[in-house]
Amino acid sequence: MSDSKKPRRDFIKLSAMTLGGVGAASLLIPFISSMNPGKDTLALASTEIDLSPLEEGQSLTVIWRGKPVFIKHRTKSEIDSARNISLEDLPDAEEDSARVQKDNWLVVLGVCTHLGCVPLGQKASDTKGDYGGWFCPCHGSHYDTSGRIRKGPAPTNLPVPPYVFLTDNRIKIG
Amino acid sequence: MSSNELQGYKKTLNSPYTGIKGWIDSRLPLIRMMEAEYLKFPVPKSLNYFWSFGGIAMFCLIGLILTGIFLGFHYKPSADDAFDSVERIMRDVSFGWLIRYLHANLVSFFFIATFIHIFRALYFGSYKAPRELVYIFGLTMFMLMMATAFLGYTLPWGQMSYWGATVITNLFSAIPVVGDAILTLLLGDFTVGDSAVNRFYVLHWLLAFAIVGLVVFHVITLHMTGSNNPTGTEPQSWDETVSFHPYVTIKDLNATIFFFIILAFILFYYPNILGHSDNYIKANPMVTPAHIVPEWYFLPFYAILRAIPDKLGGVIAMFSSILALGLLPWLDTSKVRSCLFRPIWRYCVLLFAVNFLILMYVGGKPAEGLYVLISRIGTAYWFLFIFVLAPLVGFLETPRQPLTITNYLQSKKA
Repeated sequence: MSDSKKPRRDFIKLSAMTLGGVGAASLLIPFISSMNPGKDTLALASTEIDLSPLEEGQSLTVIWRGKPVFIKHRTKSEIDSARNISLEDLPDAEEDSARVQKDNWLVVLGVCTHLGCVPLGQKASDTKGDYGGWFCPCHGSHYDTSGRIRKGPAPTNLPVPPYVFLTDNRIKIG
Repeated sequence: MSSNELQGYKKTLNSPYTGIKGWIDSRLPLIRMMEAEYLKFPVPKSLNYFWSFGGIAMFCLIGLILTGIFLGFHYKPSADDAFDSVERIMRDVSFGWLIRYLHANLVSFFFIATFIHIFRALYFGSYKAPRELVYIFGLTMFMLMMATAFLGYTLPWGQMSYWGATVITNLFSAIPVVGDAILTLLLGDFTVGDSAVNRFYVLHWLLAFAIVGLVVFHVITLHMTGSNNPTGTEPQSWDETVSFHPYVTIKDLNATIFFFIILAFILFYYPNILGHSDNYIKANPMVTPAHIVPEWYFLPFYAILRAIPDKLGGVIAMFSSILALGLLPWLDTSKVRSCLFRPIWRYCVLLFAVNFLILMYVGGKPAEGLYVLISRIGTAYWFLFIFVLAPLVGFLETPRQPLTITNYLQSKKA
């Protein structure tokens, strides 16, 4: 092969390899995608809950996407304790009012944002931590009555799942 | 083209053997290879019993695979059936209890053998040139072992299985931005559940055989350089070596039998002593046990994870603690291999081993007060040892002149 033909041969090689590479990479898409939750799993992605049996001060744990969701019917003092603080004291600053749709109903995911344990505080007999909300027994994170992280290794507040009030006493999560 | 030009490329169908053995060997040169690598292979004659733990670990691996196959005949990888199928193995399957207890305890003994094996490599400088790749394949196997053990521990689907799996898979959520998406991708669901236990089962098998594959690489690289020995000097003549068979085979077999007697004692008298009673409670995604503790062999690394007060930082520290060990061949600046002749480094290595045990202890304690402080000091020493002491001590210390194998054996007799 003469030298003048070399750039042409290099070009063909390079294009062939590039196309082959793109082809091989696209072949990965269906395989990686197949590892994600299937349609049947996604179909379970919303839950409806009747709130009427919950008295003030009581909590309910429901399952949404296989995870516990904490629904808390907050008392006046619990709402006040979540609001009468300075945002500067919070590791993950967020207004309580931004975390609820109705002041007396708090809906948060019951999964510690550290490493995924379920915090204690739903039962009357549970320890509720230093801030009257929830306490994660795994690595000692304390959450307040708005589900915000106050102390411990968890980096963020308990997330608020997407939900809507269907009626005054009925919500749909997801 | 004459056939002469192909000489050197084309294999000749010659064999040192005759008859059927020769016929097979000339077509599949495995017999020749096994004889060269496992019968006649010269090893330094100064090896002590520390050198038996590689072989012991291999026997543990074989035992795990055999018992694993028989457990697999009965185990059902689904969130609904897993726990009950393990209970069925324990109660109804003939000798199921024995096979499962063997599998569960062999893992622990596999880790004991491996920890001693790694200590041997550090103390006698087996990681140093030209054995860097032997060492790196070893560390890779160690990481795969930990992954396989973690996956296997989730399979019985008890409370510790479930919450251990939840906590460890949540380490991936520490990755900025894409962490949660990766976690969902890995689990195939938004939580550890039916989909996770199914793929964990497959991966548990896959990784077990990946380890077997790496054993082959570990041994090939080892047989290129030959074994290290307590003096850290290379054998100078055939006089300083013995053949692998019968000398090493018998010695390793002896050590293995002794080791397995201890296993048998644990197996038959205290089969659950290394496990956790909470794992006999079926997984409940709504209730986290009060104290989640990983298996004992993960505790030093768990201590490092918790020593760092930041989620992402802790995860990075834990993974890099093992990866950093892989840099040791290049960070250690000393020309002398064995700690027998290195007055300062010797104590650094011994302290590293003690530190490992201390980390193991605090890893099993709640992350509070003094335990956190100790785990931070221990973590600091781990990285200090690799990144500061290894390069520095090589310059500072004056090693003794290493003995030859012959002189070493004479000095031991005297």
